[in-house]
Formats: sequence, C-alpha cells, structure tokens
Amino acid sequence: MINDQTIMNYARFCSGKLLLRQELPFSNEEIDDLIRKHYLAEIPGIIETWSGYRCNRCGNEKNHLFGIIPRACASDPVLPHHLLSSSEKSTLRKYFPFYQRKLQISNSSSQPYRHDIYCRKCIEMGRVSTFEPLYRWDGPSVNLPTIQHACRWRGKLTPFQKQAANRIRTAIQQQTELLVWAVCGAGKTEMLYPGLNWAFSRGFRVCLATPRTDVVTELYPRLQQTFPSIEIVPLYGGTPHKDENAQLVIATTHQLLRYNHAFDVMVIDEIDAFPFHADPMLPHAAGRARKPDSASIYLTATPRPKMKWKFRVNLLPAVFVPARYHGHPLPVPQFVSVLRLRSCLKKQRLPEPVQIWLRKQQASKRQLLIFVPTVEDAHLIHSLIPDSKKVFARSPERKEVIEQFRLQKIQILVTTTILERGVTFPSVDVAVIDAGHNVFDEAALVQISGRAGRSADDPFGEVVFFYQNKTSAMVQARRSIQKMNQRAKHTHDYCPTEQEE
Amino acid sequence: MHCLWCHEEIIPEVTWTNLFRIHQEQLLCSTCEEQLPLIPSNGCKRCSRPVEQKEVCEDCKRWESSPEWRGLLTRNISVYIYTPFMKDIMARWKYRGDYILISMFQHHIRQVFSRTLSQQEGVLVPVPLSEERLRERGFNQAQAIAELLPLPIEHALIRIQSEKQAKKSRSERLQSSNPFRLVKPIEQPVILVDDLYTTGMTIRWAAQILKGAGATEIYSFTLIRS
Repeated sequence: MINDQTIMNYARFCSGKLLLRQELPFSNEEIDDLIRKHYLAEIPGIIETWSGYRCNRCGNEKNHLFGIIPRACASDPVLPHHLLSSSEKSTLRKYFPFYQRKLQISNSSSQPYRHDIYCRKCIEMGRVSTFEPLYRWDGPSVNLPTIQHACRWRGKLTPFQKQAANRIRTAIQQQTELLVWAVCGAGKTEMLYPGLNWAFSRGFRVCLATPRTDVVTELYPRLQQTFPSIEIVPLYGGTPHKDENAQLVIATTHQLLRYNHAFDVMVIDEIDAFPFHADPMLPHAAGRARKPDSASIYLTATPRPKMKWKFRVNLLPAVFVPARYHGHPLPVPQFVSVLRLRSCLKKQRLPEPVQIWLRKQQASKRQLLIFVPTVEDAHLIHSLIPDSKKVFARSPERKEVIEQFRLQKIQILVTTTILERGVTFPSVDVAVIDAGHNVFDEAALVQISGRAGRSADDPFGEVVFFYQNKTSAMVQARRSIQKMNQRAKHTHDYCPTEQEE
Repeated sequence: MHCLWCHEEIIPEVTWTNLFRIHQEQLLCSTCEEQLPLIPSNGCKRCSRPVEQKEVCEDCKRWESSPEWRGLLTRNISVYIYTPFMKDIMARWKYRGDYILISMFQHHIRQVFSRTLSQQEGVLVPVPLSEERLRERGFNQAQAIAELLPLPIEHALIRIQSEKQAKKSRSERLQSSNPFRLVKPIEQPVILVDDLYTTGMTIRWAAQILKGAGATEIYSFTLIRS
C-alpha cells in the first residue's frame, strides 16, 4: 500500500523523469496503484499527427524513422485489407512485400488485425511504441538538502575566469540563459564552481550535460573531488550508476531523453560538438529536461553560426574568456601550401614540405599530433611515417593508443577528427594534412589548433595546416584565433586592476 | 529513401540501363549491403559451417557419434556467418526490438532457401519464445524469418522454460533439460526455423520432440551459423 511516507521512496526514483515500463523497478500492482492515485501518469509513447507519427520521448516525426510490428504475427498472420489506411498499406508493401500474399488471403477474413508503430530514432534507449507507453512522475518532488560551502577547490581563478564565473553565478541566480565563449584550454570547469556552489546552497538540482561520453567519465572524478559532500551520478550509455535524485547529474545529452522538468540548472558543455548540433532530438531532450524556470549555461570554444547570430542580436547574453588559464596566447596556425598534395599521397609519398617540417619537428622534444580528414588517409599517413601510431573512431585499440600517447610512450599519433576536442596532451605540436578538406570546418580547425600549448610548463606549440586549396574555413579559423588573442591582450592592457586581484 | 541500417540517404544511380525501368526501391545503402556476410556454399554438408576441405565438420561428427542425437537433424541451412556487423544488427533487431530490420535480410533469405530447400515438401516450425519474452519483445524473430518463406507455418511447439541460452557455455547447454513441449504433432517433413545456430542444441531439442511425435524428417533453416 502506498501512503505519504512510502511515496517519497517512489518519488526519489521517479521524480523529474520520463521512463519506460522496463525502467521502473516496481511491480505491476505498485504501478497501477500509483497511477490510480495520480502520482504517475501514463502517456502514449507514439501519437498520431496530421502527417504521420510523433515519438513522445525523442520528438521524432520523420516517417522513415518509424517501424511497424504486425501484431497478427504472434498468432496467425491475417491482415484485413480494408482496415488499413493507404499510407499503412504502402508502408507494409515497401518493407514487407511478402505480406501481399497474406493481404489477399485475409481480405475475406473477419479476425481483427492490429499493428504497432515504434520509434526507431531512440530505440537504443529502449523501444517506445504504441504498446509501450511512457510514465511521467506527477507526484510530489523530493526536497534536496541545502549544502553550504560544498566546493573544496582551493585554486585561484584568473581575472578572465573570475569575470565569467561571476556572470555564471548571476545567471544561475536569475535563472537565465548564458553563453560562455571560452577558448580551448581556458579552464571552463573551474569557472562553474562558484555558481554550482551557490546552486547547492539553495538545494537546486543541477545537470551537467555534454554530447561526449569521454567528457562525462573525465568530469566525474574531478567533480567528486571538488564537491565531496554532494551526491553526484554519471550517466552514459552502459553506465552502472542509477540516478536516485542525485543533486548533480553528469550525463551525455542522450541520457536527458529520460528526464522531464527535472533540473534547476542545466549546463551544456561543448554545445557545438557532434552530435548535439546535428541531431534535433538532443536539443529537444535538453530543453525538456530542465524546469520551465531554470538557468541554462552553454559552454563552448566554437559556437555554431546560429548561436553567434543569437548573441549578436542580443537574444543570448554571452561572456568571453579570450585567454587560457596560463595567460599565454593561443598558438596561431601557419599555412603551408603544398602543390599536388593529393596526387603526391596517391603515389604513396609524403609531400616535400611535410617531410621538411617533420624533420624539423622531430628535433624538438614535443610530441606530434597529425590530423587527417579520413580513415583511409590515417592508414596511408601512418604507413608513410615510421614509428607513428594511428587512431580513428572504429579502431580497436583506440583507448589504449590514446592513453599511451598521453603517457608519452608514442611520439607521433595520426588521427582523424575524433581527437579534435576534449583531450589534453601536455606538450604537442599539431599538423593538419589537407586542411582544405571539407570535414575540417571552422569549428574543427579552431578546436584542433587548441590542442597545442595547453600546459603551463610548455604553453607554446606549433600548429601547421598543410593544404592544397585554401578554404574560407581555414581563414576564418585563423582569424577567430587571432581575434581572441587580440581581445585577451586588449583587456589585459586596459584592466590592470583586474590583474592585480 | 534512407538506408534501413545506417539511416544515410540512398541516392539511386541512374544509368542508361535503368533509366526507363520502374525503379526498385533499395532498402540498404551499398556500404551496408556489402557488409552482409553471406555464408560460403562449400561449408559443412550438414550444418553449413564454413570449414575448409571437409565434408562434415567436427561439431557435426560429435553430434553424430552420440546415440541420443544421431540422425536427428538431416541438414541445417544458414544464410549468414556471425561477424561483428551481424552481431550489431542482431542486437538491435532482437534485443532492442527493431522489428523492421528483418526486411534487410529478406532477399538473401529467399535466395538461399530457393537454392537449397525449395524442392522440399513440409511445414515450417518457428522455434517459439516463452510467453514472457514474446510479450516483452512484441514479436518472435524465428516467426519473422519463417514468414518470408513460401511454405505453411505450424506452431507445433511452445517453450516452457525461459531462454537464457546466450549466456551459457556448450557444456551447460547440453546438461539442461528440454525447454520445449509439443502442442500439435506433425506427420510430415519439418523445417525448423530460428535466428541462430550456435551449438545446434536448441534446434535438436525441438527436433527430438517433433520426431518423437511423428515428423518424418527434420531440416533447419537458420539466419546465422556462428
């Protein structure tokens, strides 16, 4: 029986979530009881719209991303033809030509036929379908503890960081949006601490979301150290952890599909990273996961054009962090034109300028990170440079190789764009081969350049773009790096008081 | 049109040969299509396992040497071998329940069936799922395969024990008791249909019961021989 005391145990698990039946660890009787008392609402997984269907979890409306399961399949396949709409008929014919035979047989049959529609877009998170509804918690929410001075970080913020940190805290207090435009290696996480500290002192529920799993696993131990008294849970595909109303949820943006009006503060790190900007499902999920009255903080080094535009017309307040935490300017990429770069590579030969630069680079002590546009190029360049290793999204020993490079056991690493962001190697030079290729857009090139000179011990690093055709992405990338450096210098010169603080 | 597996858009190539024909819709993009690992036709004569220069593989010899199982299964036909790509597909199709993926195999399933068992008379018996699993998944994958084949389907068996096969080792599988029960005897040749042939245990459990109830000969048709 559910009474006022036990209801909190359910609330702790369900509050702010939108879950499938198999994700609720309760018996059928318990769920029926919760629904009868209006603590839990059952909402249809898929609804019909004027043009087709809509998934109530991921918002998918594309018809090619819905599948059908013929119910009749469980017993004898009978499909009364006259009961199907014409679009259903064409879907059936397209995917199941073998049903045509059965359609004809069943025209005369009177047995009722049913089929179910399911969403293929978010199926990796468990299937949502017309027979698998979603459950939303409508009951009381759990009050989180208010914890004063949760932050145990004793480092010092630079003036730039401090300015951004203040803006972040104000945004959290006033529950507004804020774009934090901070260069690669600015120390974004530390800037969040004062704001988060304030949020925990009010008992706010906070989510730190990012499109990338490796960022989640990297942030979790770090934030645990910083906020030892706060309950933190990391969520990503295959996580062993369960969120039972934790105060701080660190999650991949996919995991936000399971939330509904849950968070008072939503921080999205690397908001421009793949797949967040390319997949409308993820902004949809992030928007629903936060409460109507809540703060949203977006962190990025390379905002997408739409966000820049919103900032320019004052729809989105923003704060700049133009300098790295160690205060040195960002390495500006050098352009090296290589004639017939492609044909040279086709002949299994490294172009002359690349060879010369490599020889020069190997005299220095820094490691070398070589970015190539495609996996085929990764194989090729790897075979042309002795003692190099390669890594790409599907390479089997991806994790080990990156770890070895981090431990400086490998001198040269050839990689595709998978290492463009989120990774920090202390002392590297960066080369991009065929920087004019269209996989390298402006954001990617800025991020790639941002791999060099990240540590305070060696804040310099060379960044070289080898190209056959110069693209506007390359020029824009260089320009935006120079602009940030200028902005940093300018602010330093004119705000001497801030520096002294 | 989008690829059924990778969702990439398929742009059909227009050449002089197909310009004036009614265009047949492609379900998979060419990259995914190429990755489907069709089983080589010169494998083991009994179970389709890809082996080199042998008539019958070690696995089948082992089955045939045991008096309990000898001659029970005449032949197993499989369509694909088990590659990492296939594994991914099976995970999404079976465990996530993306039913519609069955249609990416339909062409090959029918091709292989017509090459091997089309002369065969008889009925198809899909290996059943337990009530519970069927409710959870919403469909039976063996039934989905059987429906692509041009023979009548009979639900001759039910499953009385839950399926936890995938996590068991060979010896554990051999020791467990028969998970099926007969609901309808069939006195003709039977073609058992299932998605995976790994050790051949499941198929033989089913075969044992059907043969005991009068089936004259047992074949099996499986999507994957691993």
